[in-house]
Amino acid sequence: MEEKVLMSGSEIDRALTRIAHQILERNRGSKNIALIGIRTGGVPLAERLQHKIREIEGVKVPLGILDISLYRDDWSLASSQPEVRSTEIPFPVDNLVIVLVDDVIFTGRTVRAALDALVDFGRPKKVELAVLVDRGHRELPIEPTYCGLTVTTLPNEHVTVRLKEISGVDQVVLERR
Amino acid sequence: MSLLLQGGRVIDPSQGIDAVLDILIENGQVKALGERLSGQGARKIDCHGLIITPGLIDMHVHLREPGEEWKETIATGTLAAAAGGFTAVACMPNTQPPNDNAEVTRFILKKASQEAFTRVYPIACITKGQKGTQLTEFGDLKRAGAVALSDDGRPVPDAFMMRLALEYAKNFGLPVISHAEELSLSQGGHVNEGLASATLGLKGIPAEGEAIAVFREIMLAKLTDAPVHIAHVSTKVAVEIIRWAKKQGIPVTAETAPHYFTLTEEAALGYNTYAKVNPPLRSAEDREAICQALSDGTIDAIATDHAPHSDLEKFIEFEQAAFGLVGLETALALALRLVNQGLLSLSRAIALLSTNPARILKIAGGSLRVGSPGDVTVIDLEKKWVPRKENLHSQGKNSPFLGWELQGQAVMTIVEGKITFSRM
Amino acid sequence: MNASFTANHILDIASLSEEDIFYILKLALNLKEILHRPIPKVPTLRGKLVALMFFEASTRTRLSFERAAKSLSADTLSFTARMSSVEKGETLLDTILNLESMGVDLFIIRHAMAGTPHFVAKHSRARVINAGDGFHAHPTQALLDMLTVYQKKKTLSGLKIAIIGDIKHSRVAHSNIVGFRKMGSEVYVAGPATMLPLEREALGARVCYRIETALDQADVVMALRVQKERHGRALLPSVREYAQEFGLNLKRLELAQKDCLLMHPGPVNWGVELAPELQNDPRNVILEQVENGVAVRMALLVALLGGNA
Repeated sequence: MEEKVLMSGSEIDRALTRIAHQILERNRGSKNIALIGIRTGGVPLAERLQHKIREIEGVKVPLGILDISLYRDDWSLASSQPEVRSTEIPFPVDNLVIVLVDDVIFTGRTVRAALDALVDFGRPKKVELAVLVDRGHRELPIEPTYCGLTVTTLPNEHVTVRLKEISGVDQVVLERR
Repeated sequence: MSLLLQGGRVIDPSQGIDAVLDILIENGQVKALGERLSGQGARKIDCHGLIITPGLIDMHVHLREPGEEWKETIATGTLAAAAGGFTAVACMPNTQPPNDNAEVTRFILKKASQEAFTRVYPIACITKGQKGTQLTEFGDLKRAGAVALSDDGRPVPDAFMMRLALEYAKNFGLPVISHAEELSLSQGGHVNEGLASATLGLKGIPAEGEAIAVFREIMLAKLTDAPVHIAHVSTKVAVEIIRWAKKQGIPVTAETAPHYFTLTEEAALGYNTYAKVNPPLRSAEDREAICQALSDGTIDAIATDHAPHSDLEKFIEFEQAAFGLVGLETALALALRLVNQGLLSLSRAIALLSTNPARILKIAGGSLRVGSPGDVTVIDLEKKWVPRKENLHSQGKNSPFLGWELQGQAVMTIVEGKITFSRM
Repeated sequence: MNASFTANHILDIASLSEEDIFYILKLALNLKEILHRPIPKVPTLRGKLVALMFFEASTRTRLSFERAAKSLSADTLSFTARMSSVEKGETLLDTILNLESMGVDLFIIRHAMAGTPHFVAKHSRARVINAGDGFHAHPTQALLDMLTVYQKKKTLSGLKIAIIGDIKHSRVAHSNIVGFRKMGSEVYVAGPATMLPLEREALGARVCYRIETALDQADVVMALRVQKERHGRALLPSVREYAQEFGLNLKRLELAQKDCLLMHPGPVNWGVELAPELQNDPRNVILEQVENGVAVRMALLVALLGGNA
């Protein structure tokens, strides 16, 4: 298996700084914004964005965690019981601008599941999507609002995002099988 | 026609014989027993490497006819018996109608004379309709052909009634067989009280209930000085009481069934209805005590309590499922297991399966003495086989031993000089 | 959490491993949040058909299962009958096979006869959950009890569990004895001796003839519902005597740990097994048991019908 580094730690950090600025710029400040990280990769990224927004604006925007496994459309195709973890959205989502955060967008199915889950919590004013990497191959009409890096991949290539909180290192790599 | 069985190892506990001998059967009787018999004109059967014993006798079976022919008939039940090496069976009276009058006894014997593969000895009820309140006509029943009395399936609940039965049976020399169960303790129970009842959440049947009933029968035998035979002993406590009674000289005999010396209550775990039987399968300690009693003479006979049921009675909720299992075709192999385990001598096993039941029921057979009936079982001790629903001859397939790898099987069954079943 | 759940049916606690139990409890904790959402429903089991087969009267268990199934978007069929339909000439097996032909994926079975769910599991292709069978087992009740204890005590081992009441005829007691012992806790049982198991039937629980011995330093005190008659015979002289000798009240609870949990599978006979003064006691977690019941049953449905079910 070949591996090619797409983003280093500092490049990830710069991308997140840019996205934080874009979120604030697009929404004219941090008012009514909440971040929701999609398990697992989206959670540390959402935390980092929350931190960056606080550095810029001095405001701690609400942060939630969403586990989408109960909303997956491939549930009955999985070989064993998918792992279900807790969802923690400790604030009402009604009338907020919700920024869903994930590490990679690929087919779009995860985001579809997250959107379904989100509406069960209420009616947000607007939902946006921030991803670190867009690797293409969409199977649904879903596009990110904010994106760190767009990369064209072949079907046998795989994008892996490694984050300090989970893997002990910050790195985005392209793997070829 | 005469038969000459040549070169088999003859085991006859009634004469203390264990030797390679020929045996000549003529006119339905044992004509001669000895080395290199000539037997001119007789059909010769090579029995080298095989065991020859007096025909096996099962003193406790349920043939279900009349009345429950979907479970078993006299024809199919005795075919299963012959396949299992038995030359005679004594059938319990809990048919529909029950064998509580000479008419039913005669019916059974008539059917048997036409269709049976073994001798059939009817056992009649002690009380009318097995209700425990009025004695049956012992004299009339005996004249019709009944060999013993029992309300099997149920005890005689009232001690005084049982006393009357033991006393009255003395007039006719009929053995009384007791299904020893204290109903007030066992009622509503399905499995042994202990591991099985606790694990399965079912009401248990305590071992002590059997012991209480056995003790009552023994005291009544002592009081009346009439013999009593205890059916299907399943517990250590009952064995201990019987052992004590025999030491006192009280006229008691006892039988157990292969499932009690082979299985424990664990066989019922998982709600296996084929292991639902009354008395229930007991603890490992009980099983060991039964084995010990078979070897030391406390228990006199092995009887199967063959109780065929169809899936209508067994393929349902455990609590609704009928008690009982089939045993005729596996009994010999299971007894031989004890021989192979060193718990019984071969001669003792044959005594338990043939000589002793004949003595208890006071019927012919159980011996190869010259002049005895020509009832013989030929056994292959080495033969390995697996009981399966497809290869059982009984209509009842409710055996907890399906799929077991067994060793030893009857290869020829001869009744009154006629081969009724052969695998040779 | 490791995804190590392998059981095909939930028939009793004895056939679940310690890992299976933790899997279910942790999954239940994660699913519990769904019940607090503005729309407490997820699409996970859309298209799955769950048959609620109640051959014995039950309100709360059936409703709890129904709530669980519906919040996972499963469809439900409800079947209630006094007894099995044997009386109508139809065997239980016929009933089950007929429903299976209608596409039932999972049977939830409550039956007065022990072993009936095992029977169905043996003969059906569908999954089976035992919702209480005779005096045998009530595994979902034991799991929700364990969940309640786990949530409050953060452990299931090293605890002293006291169960008070008719132990012998209680499937709840049976499953809890097996369950808590499996997880490493000690179970003490007490009550009228006519309602206690003999040592040989106690499944490893400590049988106490003095209620104080069971309550002493207990971490969890579980009271069972009193039924005066069993098998048509009174096992108790009177309900009044039961309340006096074996009922739980403030004074008796003083023997237990200060932070003990007071539990009851419901419905409670206030004034008999529990004194009314315990109704609002902070140790009383009876209503939390009810909520945990829905969560545990959701977890079981997901575990049995999720994946390649």
